[in-house]
Amino acid sequence: MSDSETKETAGISRRTMLKAGGATLGAAAFARAFAPLTEWKPTTSVDDFLQKHYKEMSKTDMDSVLRRLEVETKENYGADVSIEDVKPLDGVKFGYALNLSACIGCRKCADACHKENNHDRATNNSYIRVFEMEQGSINFEHGNATYDHEVPADGKYYMPVQCQQCDNPPCVKVCPVEATWKEKDGIVVVDYDWCIGCRYCEAACPYHARRFNWKKPEVPAEEINPVQAYLANRMRPQGTMEKCHFCLHRTRKGRMPACLEACPTGARVFGNLLDPESEIRWVLANKRVFVLKEDVGTVPSFFYFFDQ
Amino acid sequence: MASEEAKPSTHWADYPRFLLRSLMLATDGSAKFYAWMTMLTAVALVGANAWAHQVTEGMIVTNMTDHVSWGLYIANFTYMVGLAAGAVMMVIPAYVYDDHEMHDVVIIGELLAIAAIVMCLGFVVADLGRPDRFWHLLPFIGRFNWPISMLTWDVIVLNGYLLINLHICGYLIYTRFLGKKPDKRWYIPFVFLSIAWAISIHTVTAFLYNGLGGRPFWNTAILVPRFIASAFVTGPAFIILTLQIVRRVTNFHIGDGPIHTLHSILRITVLLNLFLLGAEVFTEFYTGGSHTAAAQYLFFGLHGHYELVPWIWTAITFNTLAAILILSPAAKSRLWVLDVACLLTLVGVWIEKGMGLIVPAFVPSTMHEIVPYTPSLVEWQVMAGIFALGLMVYTIALKVAIPVFTGDVTIDNGP
Repeated sequence: MSDSETKETAGISRRTMLKAGGATLGAAAFARAFAPLTEWKPTTSVDDFLQKHYKEMSKTDMDSVLRRLEVETKENYGADVSIEDVKPLDGVKFGYALNLSACIGCRKCADACHKENNHDRATNNSYIRVFEMEQGSINFEHGNATYDHEVPADGKYYMPVQCQQCDNPPCVKVCPVEATWKEKDGIVVVDYDWCIGCRYCEAACPYHARRFNWKKPEVPAEEINPVQAYLANRMRPQGTMEKCHFCLHRTRKGRMPACLEACPTGARVFGNLLDPESEIRWVLANKRVFVLKEDVGTVPSFFYFFDQ
Repeated sequence: MASEEAKPSTHWADYPRFLLRSLMLATDGSAKFYAWMTMLTAVALVGANAWAHQVTEGMIVTNMTDHVSWGLYIANFTYMVGLAAGAVMMVIPAYVYDDHEMHDVVIIGELLAIAAIVMCLGFVVADLGRPDRFWHLLPFIGRFNWPISMLTWDVIVLNGYLLINLHICGYLIYTRFLGKKPDKRWYIPFVFLSIAWAISIHTVTAFLYNGLGGRPFWNTAILVPRFIASAFVTGPAFIILTLQIVRRVTNFHIGDGPIHTLHSILRITVLLNLFLLGAEVFTEFYTGGSHTAAAQYLFFGLHGHYELVPWIWTAITFNTLAAILILSPAAKSRLWVLDVACLLTLVGVWIEKGMGLIVPAFVPSTMHEIVPYTPSLVEWQVMAGIFALGLMVYTIALKVAIPVFTGDVTIDNGP
């Protein structure tokens, strides 16, 4: 301090000049460091940036968001798609059961999910992982999800695992911004436009059911499934979480999930748990069913059973 | 301090002058100061650049995956919460036990809390996939899942702790600058609040992890006392090193008293930290079963994967060596021995309550798949950048506070 004061008699001191030079260089370096952000286009407009939470949007809000998302999909992927906001039906709670005696581990379900839900092609992402398990054990320590040989192999059985649509979902509990919640038909959904990408839900899920968009998903225009829903299979933004939604864009309109339709052995049973006449209710009443990790208290809506 | 004349309270004029003088202090100094700040700026900008790439290209530039979805950022976040909470180990002797020597230098601990919280917030932002949506996390403006989500509690306690410490430090420095005696009513209640609050930040951060039933490695009540114990190791250790530096590079009078007090605290906490780790290790390995797989991976490797084994044994070696040095009479007579011990335990806890705590919870995954994780260059760069930012904040804070506290800078001797 005293240094600079004595020299200041001659107008601008050497020290001040050096400081100004340093500050200029610093500002230039600062601009250079953050330069990559100029290519970052997370949102296209102020409306987009300020988009409200799913539950706070009116019908008109939602309509304009859906139209905007369709335009964005056209711009980013070159595909014409139609995106709907498909609501849950009254008197319906979905349940899923899987016959482990019938499953042969062909992974056709995982592949159907990959296509139906417009997953990133390069990473071969899917909401379903099929574990090859050892006969006589349901310990996943002896399981293997990366098997690469003809199926079914001797001494093995196969266990596809996807979101269990828990009645007490740990993922919903931990989300700091309520970007994920359980709908009245039992499906746990994500508002991809509200998620902040903290991945706390992914840490909380005991079933490895959640997937993060580590980059922008890439799908060729001609392969994009154009029948889309806001809470389901529309193109997900980079940096947000996604998960199995029981194909709600299909099932809420009376169709079956893509994974069920793809299954060659009929191992999958899907239906309305509130309908006493449904096949799923028959399975629950007549087969010896179990749920995964019952001890962690998640209360899944996804059941497994053996036929024999 | 220089002038005690009764002046009318003119904060509207005095406070801008205080800010101006602070700005002058922050930007003016010796050649060493400029070199230090330039180095920190350069590192911070490298980190900023890496983060800008991460935001633009996606978190694919990190080595995190759907299997190991938290890594180096959350590890450092956890460590920094501990450092922030540990700073309270100066406040307790100063205000609860009326240690006058400690009271004179306690501002160094309170400012550390501020810098550490800045780093915590930096690591949280770095870990977000969508930092542009941070406003969704603001109470009343976004949708704040309080009280159910532990992360919302963490937002409250961390920002609260930051505000409390900003108030205490800002008030004390400003009144000293005015040459007035601080009014106890304006800061003592906040000091006591900050003590309780310090415990809360690390408790809530432990709850963040140990409330998850799907991750048995974290799902243990002992995680909370383990967090607190290691916070009370890193806090005093970092402050001892800071005091040793400050008394060499400034004219701020720091006797050996505060260092000896912090040393006494360390003698207990460094052992407590090792004891609690031992209790955890016993429970894991004596019980056995599939819930031990994470600990097995961490300490001894699992199915041919040994990524974390050298890390954790380095941590245990450093922490044990530090404990031996801290307990030895040599540390009392020769302070450099204590300095070495502090450095060792800072690194040891950084591993043990960082990568050693976060990564094993994900390896093996909840479905027992083993996908190893080692941080990418981008992650190391972002980490270094946030460290540099924190050290800049701390350096500037000390650079302003110390001349005011020594009486070299007051409202009467400058613009």
